[in-house]
Amino acid sequence: MTTSAPLAVRADGPAALRRLLSSPSAGPLAALILASVFFSTATDQFLSGGNFSLILQQVMVVGTLAIGQTLIILTAGIDLSCGAVMAFGGILIAKLAVEGPLPPLLAIALGILACAGFGLVNGVLVRVVPLPPFIVTLGMLNVAFALTHIYSEEQTVTGLPGPLTVLGRTFPLGRTDVTYGSLVTVALFLGFAYALSSTAWGKHVYALGNSAESARLSGIRVSRLTVGVYTIAGLVYGIAALLLVSRTGVGDPQAGQTDNLDSITAVVLGGTSLFGGRGTVLGTLVGVLVVGVFRNGLQLMGVSSVYQTLVTGVLVILAVTVDQLSRKGTR
Amino acid sequence: MSRRARPVLALGVAGLTLSLAACGSGSGAADDSSSGGKVKVGLITKTDTNPYFVKMKQGAEQAAKSADVELTTAAGKFDGDNAGQITALENMVAAGVKGVLITPNDSKAIVPAIAKARAKGVLVIALDTPPEPQSAVDALFATDNVKAGELIGAYAKAAMGGKPVKIATLDLAPGVSVGVQRHDGFVKGFGIDASDPSIVCSQDTGGDQAKGQTAMETCLQKAPDVNLVYAINEPAALGAYTAIKAKGRENDVMIVAIDGGCAGVAAVKEGKIAATSQQYPLKMAADGVKAVVEYAKSGKKDTGYTDTGVKLITDEPQTGAESEDTGFGTQNCWG
Repeated sequence: MTTSAPLAVRADGPAALRRLLSSPSAGPLAALILASVFFSTATDQFLSGGNFSLILQQVMVVGTLAIGQTLIILTAGIDLSCGAVMAFGGILIAKLAVEGPLPPLLAIALGILACAGFGLVNGVLVRVVPLPPFIVTLGMLNVAFALTHIYSEEQTVTGLPGPLTVLGRTFPLGRTDVTYGSLVTVALFLGFAYALSSTAWGKHVYALGNSAESARLSGIRVSRLTVGVYTIAGLVYGIAALLLVSRTGVGDPQAGQTDNLDSITAVVLGGTSLFGGRGTVLGTLVGVLVVGVFRNGLQLMGVSSVYQTLVTGVLVILAVTVDQLSRKGTR
Repeated sequence: MSRRARPVLALGVAGLTLSLAACGSGSGAADDSSSGGKVKVGLITKTDTNPYFVKMKQGAEQAAKSADVELTTAAGKFDGDNAGQITALENMVAAGVKGVLITPNDSKAIVPAIAKARAKGVLVIALDTPPEPQSAVDALFATDNVKAGELIGAYAKAAMGGKPVKIATLDLAPGVSVGVQRHDGFVKGFGIDASDPSIVCSQDTGGDQAKGQTAMETCLQKAPDVNLVYAINEPAALGAYTAIKAKGRENDVMIVAIDGGCAGVAAVKEGKIAATSQQYPLKMAADGVKAVVEYAKSGKKDTGYTDTGVKLITDEPQTGAESEDTGFGTQNCWG
């Protein structure tokens, strides 16, 4: 079934082109290309050796969070707790390894599992009670935030052992340096893109987002699927926590405070509908890169950071507008 | 239906990003600051919105203009945003800055990123807030916060004239060095130790006016006979004033604060706040820019700690506490 898709696209060029243009990812992709071209001409450094890998490295944490966020938004949910859950995971990993003291790999595993635990609780509350995702994750945002500050005693954890920072290190690729962590992020994007487009699980996620009731009637075990999606999202936040710790080289209780909104921004910019059932994780990657490219490019041009916020805000509104118009068009 | 086309589209994206990366590696090392002509200086503040940092930015802009260098500014998204500052620092280094002035949101967490920048030959100067350890930066231009506290502590001691005191301290937040230093300075200046029983109430305010008001209301509930309030900054002090006024106690409770913002100095003039210690963010930034310019010219790096000064501002001077009046305060205020 899925193998026929690329064939069909190749078979009729104009239709494929039309489909490409009407895809919700077309706008952000165009924005990414135009912005890249613009910044390449406006600054000397945009196309220079390390800059693209720098952007990738800068967006890897929010990008990874945005993968989990995409999964949840595809089920017509939303997750406000992702940044706070990640901060908790990060401080847990750092503190267990430094003060625990546990072997670093065990600390990492426990931190990631703790994040998955938050996801599991979110999923159960959303589906089994059931409560609105917005409210559940708003509550969990505060719970995770508070636990982070209680557990860390407001102290930044420094002196991390090597294995915790290895993903923040770079290796040379051509004339640029790439962090190991950005490879993890890219691998996660590709893995989830495959899982969503080519597995039964992926189809079920879309079905759930389009209509939970129809999904249930067609035999999908909706409760298990929902709880599973939130748990997997939590697990992904745990990986983001490891990336955060390795990138900054410290356990930081203040981390992630706006990352929930930044991840939603990336998802929306990538053309995923906030109403669920429509969108892709690779669209989200585009969304993440759009934000990263604008921030980097404007900074290279010497433009003040408030303009980065302004641009991001305008792009989000445009993206939602495109989503709404394309929905009307398809009906 | 159209969902099927998206993976294909997405592959295109992946291809684009790869080709971009490839182009990038091709065009080579253009990240040399020598190619741009003008010397580039970066300024990274804690946030964009706080008037204190707006003034700091203004100081940097003026100095950059007169020295004919290019200034880039950035800020964290919120007080405490470390990741945002790291990103800004990396981008500035990529843009080829000669030096970066930074007000760290997290004294410890920023240290590895600063080390990376310095390893690339960038002069890094901390403004206002030192990193931990302070040796993580080349130099520090800041207010002596302990001294700022001591000035108002000594003033309050003189103004109370030996009357029995019940002190409420409206502090910043646990573990933040600026708040701890100011508090300790005040206590020292007042001539008591930190556990003295005359301190009847201590609350955190985050330096926020609304939270300052809430904190003072709580303190008045806990200890109605409070007659001296130390506030971490003037917004917290003004919040406290609102709470005190609501109880009709504005004439028998004295408030002292630290910062010297324009609204704060005006409040001193109106008699809401008895005295404040004024600091000079504009000077910190201007001196910072000059230090980078000097480094670009001669390769000489500024080192160590430079005290950018602090002055007691009040219209009711006390003997033994040297002060300036609100006229001077208004001329030199920020915000």
